Amino acid sequence: MSASRIVGVARAVASKDLRIEWRSRVMTNQVLPFAAIVMVLFAFALDNDGILQRVAPGLVWMATLFASLVVVQRSFAVESADSAIDALRLAGVPSQGVYLGKVAALVVQLVVCEAVLAALALILYRVNVDRHGAVLLVTTCILGSLGIAALAAVYGGLSVADRGRETLLPLLLLPALAPVLIGATRATESAFGSDGARAAEGWPWVGLLAVFGAIFLFGGTLGFGPLTDE
Amino acid sequence: MSETSVVDVRDAVVLLGSFPALAEATLTIERGELVVVQGANGAGKTTLLRLCAGLVPLARGTARVMGHDVGSNRAAVRANVGFLGHANGLYADLTAGENLSFWSDVVGASRTEVAAAAHRMGLSERLLSTQVGRLSAGQKRRTALAVMAVRRATLWLLDEPHAGLDAPGRDEIDTLLRDAVAAGATVVVASHELERSASLATRRIEVVGGRIVESGGHS
Repeated sequence: MSASRIVGVARAVASKDLRIEWRSRVMTNQVLPFAAIVMVLFAFALDNDGILQRVAPGLVWMATLFASLVVVQRSFAVESADSAIDALRLAGVPSQGVYLGKVAALVVQLVVCEAVLAALALILYRVNVDRHGAVLLVTTCILGSLGIAALAAVYGGLSVADRGRETLLPLLLLPALAPVLIGATRATESAFGSDGARAAEGWPWVGLLAVFGAIFLFGGTLGFGPLTDE
Repeated sequence: MSETSVVDVRDAVVLLGSFPALAEATLTIERGELVVVQGANGAGKTTLLRLCAGLVPLARGTARVMGHDVGSNRAAVRANVGFLGHANGLYADLTAGENLSFWSDVVGASRTEVAAAAHRMGLSERLLSTQVGRLSAGQKRRTALAVMAVRRATLWLLDEPHAGLDAPGRDEIDTLLRDAVAAGATVVVASHELERSASLATRRIEVVGGRIVESGGHS
């Protein structure tokens, strides 16, 4: 299977997924409001500026993980609704291309979600981010999204292949994403300057996120086809 | 197996769990045939089609499609086969045209091929720009058949393609299938509608209890 064919399929799948998302407005009408509600509820529950500023990075990434479950389920629901995923399998379309396309579309959606959540943290939790912190935050969001998307796409594909098991997705996915949650939260703490942390202290965690992302992406590219085939 | 055989299944046994959905079924289909597979519900029609599409494993016997072994070379089989089950495999939020464009991007078909497939299946500009979720059952079926044409499938496997369609929609599908055969495709249709299949088929076979018990002559 040539690399150019895989890239072509990935581009077609990503563009199709983003077009469906743009048209259905699930992200703007459901996912973002859901994530925002989670952030607001955390603010009500903790109700203390000092605590909120300290735990803001963890809250942002917990809200991201919750939102990612909705995004991933939606991404694979459109494939299973009319058995389009079966048609893709039957057509001999390279599964690596389908997987990479799904991951790319998920990354875009998650980065949008994180941008909104970070903005909410700035407003609701009164977090301050300087220039160095902003660079760190953007990098963390991109690599954190890659890690989440790379793993979630495999589990999402599995849930579609094994119909009726969609409800297992959160149970399987959330524990597996713990390394990404920890790395992204630590890096974001440095970006937000939580507890006097400096932006420079966050970069090793960003490196760890990059490693997780690469491992998940490599494993997913190899495993997606065999795992989701009948 | 002759050089023009598209499907060559011999003594095929397919197990669904421990149940033999196909029990020593033997069938040969030649290029350009329009074969209707008849049989009661649960007789094994769908399993036969899924075997030809490389979607179910063979427990015993042999099955070759387009010269490729179904057991060991599923990818090569699938690249040539179009399977249309009860679902259409379309994206409801995209227009019919966008669905066709997506498939042309995925399989590397040209815009000319897409336009030709849409024309063949009677998809007007208005239909092409309508979201699939808003199309009628017949229009969705035609769009799915156009996708098969874009995919350049040479063996079309259709499981109850008339299900859920009104009389004009069924006639339309029959015409499209005859056109597909005229254009060089081989078509296998699973149906339990005796009257319709009599007028549609160049050959009829019957599946009973997982066996092909009757292979009717060319009509």
